[in-house]
Amino acid sequence: MGQAAVEFQQVTKNYGSGNVLENFNLVIPKEKIVTIIGPSGCGKTTLLKMINRLIEPEAGSVLLGQQDIGELNPVELRRSIGYVIQQIGLFPHMTVEQNISIVPRLKGEKKEHLVARTAELLQLIGLEPEQYRGRYPHELSGGQQQRIGVARALAANPSIILMDEPFSALDPISRVQLQKELIKLNEQVRKTIVFVTHDIDEALKIADVVVLLKAGQVIQQGSPKELLERPAHEFVREFLGQERFPLAYSI
Amino acid sequence: MHQLWTTFQASWEVILEKTQEHIYLSLVSVVLACLIAIPLGIYLSAHRRLANSVITTVSVIQTIPSLALFGFMIPLLGIGPKPAIFALTLYALMPILQNTYVGINGVNPALIEAGKGLGMTRWQLLWIVQLPIARVVIMAGVRLVAVQTISMATIATYIAAGGLGDIITNGMSMMDTPTIMLGAIPVSLLVILINILLLQLNRWLTPKGLSDKKTTVSINTHAKKRRAAL
Repeated sequence: MGQAAVEFQQVTKNYGSGNVLENFNLVIPKEKIVTIIGPSGCGKTTLLKMINRLIEPEAGSVLLGQQDIGELNPVELRRSIGYVIQQIGLFPHMTVEQNISIVPRLKGEKKEHLVARTAELLQLIGLEPEQYRGRYPHELSGGQQQRIGVARALAANPSIILMDEPFSALDPISRVQLQKELIKLNEQVRKTIVFVTHDIDEALKIADVVVLLKAGQVIQQGSPKELLERPAHEFVREFLGQERFPLAYSI
Repeated sequence: MHQLWTTFQASWEVILEKTQEHIYLSLVSVVLACLIAIPLGIYLSAHRRLANSVITTVSVIQTIPSLALFGFMIPLLGIGPKPAIFALTLYALMPILQNTYVGINGVNPALIEAGKGLGMTRWQLLWIVQLPIARVVIMAGVRLVAVQTISMATIATYIAAGGLGDIITNGMSMMDTPTIMLGAIPVSLLVILINILLLQLNRWLTPKGLSDKKTTVSINTHAKKRRAAL
């Protein structure tokens, strides 16, 4: 499976109504698209937000490479990790260019560098730089907005990108399009993408590795093929849907 | 009309002087109120539990009739421009405070999460995201206050603070309509002028991406709901 990008070691998180995660262990491999699925309340978003310290664990540690992120400055840490959220979260008062270059600007990078970087990223996500850099978010379609959201996450060249149900607010056509683009994009940029979704089709389609959670436990981790061919638990069939499994396995 | 003109010719220097006093009273009060209420509103937006009690307290001031508030100033601070400015500032706090609070709280939580997740510090979040988006609402409060303060400064004449109110009361005591008009017309013009000026400034300052009607309307309705709730 190669090297670990992120590692959860004995992580416990409690929201006051019982433990969401308890002594949780997970290794997220490098340079793969890893989708995290599971029923709502299973801790998948908690898991994601622990990686950039928007949520802090009560116990245990999260390792980034070899580094315990609890020892890192949260602001610096977040600037080194890409983040894409469901509601897109583009700043409405900023142009496309200002939105994309926000993280490099926070880091204090030079202006000339930012212009070139924006153009490069816009090209990467398939939008014509000269046409789009000066536009405002409300002048773009939902699909275009979320492309900009992805470009913004890539701007500071992070090795890890966190995506929290990024395509779920889009219409089905743009969703499928963005899924395809994401797969293609990662063949080029080779990032570790941690992708939380509740859409099983999406999870199986884009993933190199799927992590299926239930009540704060990893039920199975593996390639989509592995999950479908060798489900580790009855719950895997149940959650993914019996119809996805060949008849021979289902009896 | 002829009478008005001759009175104007005879006393235009006094009118000018009183107008200057009037602008001074109003300007100092509005600026002071901004300096107090905007930072306070920002603080309260991050401390919501405190917010309700503070906003309620400040809104009590708003319910005191203006003449009575000036009356309270006499035993506390005496007469003259200083107590007048104090009273006008108190009166101006509420709309700015409330609009700042509502404006900042009205910023879409997704934007706050995005900003945080991208690695903004609290200050950066405030300066880069919250204040620019809330600015439209805050400025609306400031405009309201500017107009209200100029109107109210007219009554400040009763505690010897000067301003165009002097001319109006003077005219009233003499039952001299032209004199009353020479105070009333400049004060009205001043209010209208400042209102137009601030409206223009507001339009000019509004970031392009926010001039889209949808965003502004949603912030405004939020502000109205909030005001109705109080």
